[in-house]
Amino acid sequence: MNPILAEIPYWGQSLLRVLGGLVAVLLPAGTIVYVFLFKMMSFMQSRLGPMEAGPYGSMQLFAEVGKWLQKEDIVPERADVRIFKMAPVIVLLSTFLLVVAVPFGPDAWFTDFEVGVFYALAVSSISVLGILIAGWASANKYSLLGGLRAAGQLIAYELPMVLAVMGVVIQADTMNLQKIVVAQNSGSMFGFDAMGHPYVISQFVGFVIFMIAIQAELTQAPFDMPIAESELVSGYMTEYSGFRFLIFFIGEFATAGVFAMIAAVLFLGGWGVPFAWFGWTSIDDIDNWMNIAGPIIVLTKMMLLVFIIMWIRFSYPRLREDQLQRFAWKGLIPLALANIMVTSILKVAF
Amino acid sequence: MSITENALGDRQRLAYIASQAADSRLNVELETEGMTLNIGPQHPATHGTLRIIARLDGEQVVWAEPSCGYMHRGYEKLAEVRTYPQVTTLINRIDWLGSFANEVPFVLAAEKLMEIEAPVRAQYIRTILFELSRIANVSLFLGDLGVQLGAITPVFFAFRDREYVLNLIESATGGRFHPNFDRIGGLKDDLPAGWVDEARAVMKKLRGFCDQIEDLLFGNEIFQSRTRGIGVVPRDVALQYGLSGANLRASGVDWDLRRDHALPMAWNKVAWKVWTHPDGDSFARCWIRLQETRESTKIVDQLLDSIPAGPVMAKVPKIIKVPEGEAWVSTENPLGEMGYYVVSRGDLGPFRVKIRSASFNNISITPWLLRGVYVPDIVTILASLYFILGDIDR
Repeated sequence: MNPILAEIPYWGQSLLRVLGGLVAVLLPAGTIVYVFLFKMMSFMQSRLGPMEAGPYGSMQLFAEVGKWLQKEDIVPERADVRIFKMAPVIVLLSTFLLVVAVPFGPDAWFTDFEVGVFYALAVSSISVLGILIAGWASANKYSLLGGLRAAGQLIAYELPMVLAVMGVVIQADTMNLQKIVVAQNSGSMFGFDAMGHPYVISQFVGFVIFMIAIQAELTQAPFDMPIAESELVSGYMTEYSGFRFLIFFIGEFATAGVFAMIAAVLFLGGWGVPFAWFGWTSIDDIDNWMNIAGPIIVLTKMMLLVFIIMWIRFSYPRLREDQLQRFAWKGLIPLALANIMVTSILKVAF
Repeated sequence: MSITENALGDRQRLAYIASQAADSRLNVELETEGMTLNIGPQHPATHGTLRIIARLDGEQVVWAEPSCGYMHRGYEKLAEVRTYPQVTTLINRIDWLGSFANEVPFVLAAEKLMEIEAPVRAQYIRTILFELSRIANVSLFLGDLGVQLGAITPVFFAFRDREYVLNLIESATGGRFHPNFDRIGGLKDDLPAGWVDEARAVMKKLRGFCDQIEDLLFGNEIFQSRTRGIGVVPRDVALQYGLSGANLRASGVDWDLRRDHALPMAWNKVAWKVWTHPDGDSFARCWIRLQETRESTKIVDQLLDSIPAGPVMAKVPKIIKVPEGEAWVSTENPLGEMGYYVVSRGDLGPFRVKIRSASFNNISITPWLLRGVYVPDIVTILASLYFILGDIDR
């Protein structure tokens, strides 16, 4: 426990953690939307993107949020009103539950789970519920198709994601995300310890599967059939407007950020840099400034991974639903199982 | 229709069987309550106001019917109360992306009735502008294809490079979208100074755009898996439904009015190739259009090299009266065969104009083609058939 935090009362700690959680979800979401959705996409498409609101369009996000908040909150006449209104909140809720598991520094964590990996994978699937009931409660055929597609897709890609993470868990001997970070940064590869042992190298197959799976979990192109604006108008989001759409929108990009953070923790060494750079050997040697630098390092690694996600999103066309399922069940899942086999054999052998 | 005999792949065959079963109500005990999905008239996939009524079983279409007429503007009737020079203003707006190409067949039909012919330089410029409007039209198709499939980037490249072509058309005619540049007996004006060099540079850029689209889209595995073997139109079916243009050539029919019709235009003076594809699927239709854009740039380049000097207007009376008679002229427009059947009673305006527009016939195959496909494939098939709503409804 951080000595500074320990001195303040429990309610103060809780308040700090809640505020921290809001920042950890909303700050990456806003950054991702501005840097990638507004600017990177524009530059890829040989245009400038928003330029008027604020210097270099940097205030555009606030303008957009203001616009959405002003809009009328329309509920379709035949919709299941309570469930319809609940759905976006459930989707965003799963993001907040997910960010709780991410460690940001040696002491900068929300909760230090022994089963952090298990928890993260479990709560990430709550968003399926929100999407499914959004599709159902809208009383719209396009929404229904989108919701059903989303359910099928998210369940299919949950499995390769879990299986890809298994390799990391086997290698690190723990499900505690904090310990996985330490294991990566204090480890060495065949005695060569200049860069620690980020699992992206030894678990490269797992990393690729994990990235593909989160691309699908986030319903980003090429796996964006649940939204598929050219077929289903806007899928399960068709009937949402105003701030309810805004919640879906924040949820989409916040989840992208949080998933990328978890990928960074599992595969890129999380909040740490290789301990050997500073002559540390264990977490006890870590100076307190790592609590400050940690979040920045996590965010940097997150941006790198979100860049890959968005890069693929902006350049690939969409798969068809049956092709997507075939890809998961016939391609990714056998590959992930093979990855677990090989990892465990090597683990026993060395 | 011998679709089961053709080697169309398992999926297509299953889809066909499913549609047959749905038709004959063989699977009564397996049948679930279907859902009727109304796609359009306002839907992002139909870029216009086409409405498609599809009866679905899950995500599979068992029956589909296009319903058009939401944008009917009555051009055939309106043409009867206009004088001949005024009609070109109207028919510009039929296929609004390739508007210059709409004017040409009508003007040729009127010239045929009056037994005059435009000067050679005017024929060359007409052909150049015709091909430019084809490039402007099809390059947008190539970008829009990506949007329909969920890739948002290509369409911006298309708009970027299409802009150069539109600027060319604008600098020559004064109108970006609706040039209204054709006159009976020739053209309104000659080309402006420096236009030829500029056009050469633009054609080079457009070839670069074609390469870019080919890399970005056509080489993509996802694009190929979404379009190959989807929406197969066999050769005989294509002919039966009266498809034309790239849709027909993609089914392996070697048919191009630019080459086959003897028109007073300059296509037969340059070397170019009519591309065909044996597959007849969505990919083939898209690929044919890509190749045709390249051929068009080559045609324009060659015409620019060999364009003769001379007047751009033949001797025609100030007040144009077309002698009595009937004439049918059709050309190979960006969307397919477009033709005008002009009936004249010797007045200032036509007595009756029948417009044969390509999209109307191209879209009429959709009930046959959409049966048994999945909802996502509706979009790719419609995109690959490539219609302009103005061209359907007129």
